[in-house]
Amino acid sequence: MSEPEVSTVDVNGFATRIWRKGSGAPLGFLAGFGGLPRWVPFLDRLAERRTVIVPSLPGFPGGDRGHSVLDTHLDWLLAVRQIIQAAGLQGADLAGSSVGASMAAEMAALWPDSVRRLVLIAPFGLYDETDPPLDLWAQRADQVAGLICADPEIWRALKAVPEGANSVEWPIEQTRAVEASARIFWPLGNSRLERRLPLVKAPTLLLWGEQDRVMPRSYAARIAAALGGPNEIRTIPGAGHLAELDRPDMVADAILSWVG
Amino acid sequence: MKMMWFHLMPYTELPDDFREKHPSVWVDIHSSLFDPKRAHLMYNDFMDELEYAADCGYDAICVNEHHSNGYGLMPSPNLIASALSRRTTQVPICVMGNSLALYNPPTRVAEEFAMLDVISGGRLIAGFPVGTPMDTCFAYGQNPSQLRERYLEAHDLVIKAWTEKDTFAFNGRFNQQRYVNIWPRPVQQPHPPIWIPGGGSVETWQWCAEMDYVYCYLSYYGYKAGKATMDGFWAEMDRLGKDRNPYRAGFAQVVAVAESREQAIELYTEPAEYFFNRCLHVDPRFAAPAGYSTEATQRAGLESMVKKAANAQSLIMGDKTNRGMTMADFVDRGYVVIGSPDEVVEQLNALADDLNVGHLMLLMQFGNMGKELTQYNTRIFAEKVMPRLKTRFSEWEDRWWPKPMQPAERAALPGFAPKLAAE
Repeated sequence: MSEPEVSTVDVNGFATRIWRKGSGAPLGFLAGFGGLPRWVPFLDRLAERRTVIVPSLPGFPGGDRGHSVLDTHLDWLLAVRQIIQAAGLQGADLAGSSVGASMAAEMAALWPDSVRRLVLIAPFGLYDETDPPLDLWAQRADQVAGLICADPEIWRALKAVPEGANSVEWPIEQTRAVEASARIFWPLGNSRLERRLPLVKAPTLLLWGEQDRVMPRSYAARIAAALGGPNEIRTIPGAGHLAELDRPDMVADAILSWVG
Repeated sequence: MKMMWFHLMPYTELPDDFREKHPSVWVDIHSSLFDPKRAHLMYNDFMDELEYAADCGYDAICVNEHHSNGYGLMPSPNLIASALSRRTTQVPICVMGNSLALYNPPTRVAEEFAMLDVISGGRLIAGFPVGTPMDTCFAYGQNPSQLRERYLEAHDLVIKAWTEKDTFAFNGRFNQQRYVNIWPRPVQQPHPPIWIPGGGSVETWQWCAEMDYVYCYLSYYGYKAGKATMDGFWAEMDRLGKDRNPYRAGFAQVVAVAESREQAIELYTEPAEYFFNRCLHVDPRFAAPAGYSTEATQRAGLESMVKKAANAQSLIMGDKTNRGMTMADFVDRGYVVIGSPDEVVEQLNALADDLNVGHLMLLMQFGNMGKELTQYNTRIFAEKVMPRLKTRFSEWEDRWWPKPMQPAERAALPGFAPKLAAE
């Protein structure tokens, strides 16, 4: 596993990190709840066949305090749109997970030319009161890992302070990522994304961890029914909410075969 | 020193096994535990107790705001304050306070506080808490990532609504109103004194200093545990070049007095254990939604374990520490100031020395304490403790105290006979 190339773009005055690795046609990835404080094996798998481009979302690791100036959902969509363009992902294939999947779906809905083929892993944005999502913002700290990943050790390893990192700033950055997701989706996770799904014309693959304890699996069918383009649902066995962390090979294979 | 009588209004009949059977006293406490007919009696007792405290000569009576909370039955303290302003004549009424970000539009707070100030003839102290995460983010669904920005903007709007003479438009980030022009306007000019209950964040201290507001540390864990926070506050005042006027600060303290220490322990053990073990049993999952604490506060907490005790989680951390604790622990740790009048005077003098706090907010009804015992505690303190502490800090001016209308200007109040006078 080698390190990606790192660059930053300015979004609303905040330096926003962009990772880039591999060769071939660009493939974007928007991270899920908690963001990516470090490069992960899943991204390497994507980089074996494509130029994988991973921009940070505002407030997520690598996204500085960009969330702090985004007050409305429109503010968020415009900021993410700016990031996608600055990262060179206009018209590219786009995958996203969880919070990032919700943003990826919004991009495809509002700017149909911006996304070629789309992959959504258990997106945020819907709320069904008969089958509500878990309230991830109201959990005891020691239980979060087991709620997000099927294997809690994977989440703990992702979030552990690396050797030589600032032991004060690192945990603040992780908390900031949770805050940023709350800023978009508090309190129910319902951004009314469902209303905009019919605008998505890009062919869409929906992936869901079989053991997702955050987003109900019933949402996959609701989303599929609402999407305006061809789509397919695939369940990832042995995976939790962030399926790409639990089953990197399987999720990467599914994405790569979908985008071709 | 001002001695203010503070009621939390706890539900007094939580079951013995509450702690074992129920995850939290706050946010998702089960409705089956609430009996409205019993609560009718509780509310009326509580208001009797506040009126009794006024009769006993306390400097002020205080109420506060909580939501979905088994130890605080005042979602709207303004309703209680309104009744109190008609049932008392002289005593300042401290509403500690209204959580500004919860009101849409926030001018509602400007209006209701102005009403209270007018009805009471200028006796209102206006408290503006940010509010706990349990109240604001969970019970009221406010976004933790915007709570403080909304609070500060709402504050600016309320102050402008109180002070601007002409109808104005407010073009805020979160609040937009074309016509702001509240009726009534407050009696106290330019506005009632503003007090800020807060945790131990440096930003709150700096803001209080800048705005010249009173900072109140409303911990339930007493003056020994509160010292680190108040030391931080005064160090920050020194750094900012502010004087050490004790009336810049308020502090809450549970106090229990009887003829002797033995008698006090016997009388107050049950309500104290009820308060600390049942009332403060809060599920930690509601303690710290990301974004509620500023990054500067998180940084201070991560850099110093001392400051950590003073952040928004102190109540929850206290609950963890308290598991299995008894009256002896509460007394040792200073959670409860208890004893004979002499012993209580001694401890409160120590509090005044250690914390330099001019506004002492006394929690004299706590837990499931009934009206009779509450009134006993209230009266013996008023008679035997208060006179010996009144002169503390008399060398300082309290610039943050209400300035009511002159008696001659005031309405003749309705047929209310103070109970003590009738006895």
